[in-house]
Amino acid sequence: MVKNAVEIHDLHVVRGRRTVLEHLDITVGAGVTGLLGPSGCGKSTLMRCLVGVQQVAGGAVSVFGDPAGSSRLRDRVGYVTQASSVYDDLTVDENLRFFARVLGVDPAHVDRAVDAVDLDDHRDQVVGRLSGGQRSRASLAVALLGEPDLLVLDEPTVGLDPVLRADLWRLFHDLADRGTAVFVSSHVMDEAERCDRLLLMREGRIIADGTPTEIKEKAGAGNIEDAFLAIVRGAAA
Amino acid sequence: MNPRILFAIAGRVLVQLRRDRRTLALLLVLPCVLITLLWWMFKDTPVFDAVGPALLAMFPFIVMFLVTSVTTLRERSSGTLERLLAMPMGKLDFLLGYGVAFGVVAAVQSALAVALSVGFLGLDVQGPVWLLTVVAVVDAVLGSALGLFVSAFAQTEFQAVQFMPALVIPQILLCGLFIPRDQLPATLEAVSNVLPLSYAVDAMQTLTSTTATADVWQDLAVVAGFALAGLALGAATLRRRTP
Repeated sequence: MVKNAVEIHDLHVVRGRRTVLEHLDITVGAGVTGLLGPSGCGKSTLMRCLVGVQQVAGGAVSVFGDPAGSSRLRDRVGYVTQASSVYDDLTVDENLRFFARVLGVDPAHVDRAVDAVDLDDHRDQVVGRLSGGQRSRASLAVALLGEPDLLVLDEPTVGLDPVLRADLWRLFHDLADRGTAVFVSSHVMDEAERCDRLLLMREGRIIADGTPTEIKEKAGAGNIEDAFLAIVRGAAA
Repeated sequence: MNPRILFAIAGRVLVQLRRDRRTLALLLVLPCVLITLLWWMFKDTPVFDAVGPALLAMFPFIVMFLVTSVTTLRERSSGTLERLLAMPMGKLDFLLGYGVAFGVVAAVQSALAVALSVGFLGLDVQGPVWLLTVVAVVDAVLGSALGLFVSAFAQTEFQAVQFMPALVIPQILLCGLFIPRDQLPATLEAVSNVLPLSYAVDAMQTLTSTTATADVWQDLAVVAGFALAGLALGAATLRRRTP
């Protein structure tokens, strides 16, 4: 049994002449792990590394003991990109059925995934005519299809109604309770409190790692936003 | 390669096309309209018998080139390709899935065009008529393969469409439609010998002029070879890891 779902060692990513990720060492275990940081700090790149679609300059990323992106992992890892990667000209149902066939999972999973993201009423609507939030939920439903062991979610709650956002976070915790390691990114600091564990990221580096309470206590701040500021200013001083 | 995934992709592409009624209508009706126009232009002359076969080879090639380059470009830019590549999908499943779907469309398209040309416009075909459709399908797969390859070098749909004149029009000029290939200047004849559309047009012309099919199969093999090479190049441009 491998203890950590993800182990990252000395990961280095360079795009053009810009260093995007700088010698990262991270582990992701069970529960809901949040990756928080401002836009452009390298969150998406890190997530792409976990799924194995990012060219890396150095370092190693292993998922359940195999190198990220190995063929053995491809039906164990669910991935939601920031852009909702579903087909605009197909209905929600057609999209999910297609991806279910690619993954080779039972069509019954489609119903469960639609339920989980609360899109039952829009099942037969063409995705292109849905709102942005509904579209990103359709994209999230695809990632839930295979009941993956690791879920990598790049800003899944952006622009959603607060009620729905709360529902989704409950869903993430339900999945985590059933044994899925959930790795979620967000640039909204108030979502931090909902994570079991937090990684704060800035300019390609992890500046804090711990439970929300630990991070706040260590920085002597009342909320994560202030903790983030305190850590950045502390490092600059 | 996994047949389940391959046919999932082919099925999905066909559903997408079915939903896009206007594209589908253009795909199926336009070749017929253009062939009729040509027949009308050269009514009471032997020209239609000479250029008709070449047109039957050109339409599936051009249309599938365009459709494939734009759809795969969309697939690359929308993130669906990245998602599929992070799933248990092989690159060949993707490529052949597209090949199968567009092959089906090409078969319907050319069946209509052939039926119209032979049945109503009096195109004289000596060889077996069904073989015309086979050539058209292989030709369509060739167009798809090239379109797929080209989509890797285009950032926008606008650029993708611009590759059409660059890669397709020279082949049309040199394929024997305007002047028989053996009457071209030697250098151009040599160039036309390495362009796949030339062989597709040769195959169609042989089919209409003689009943012997040995040469047709040979030309067909060359076109199929180009199509496979195109798919291989296309596969090389589908990268799981991108910068």
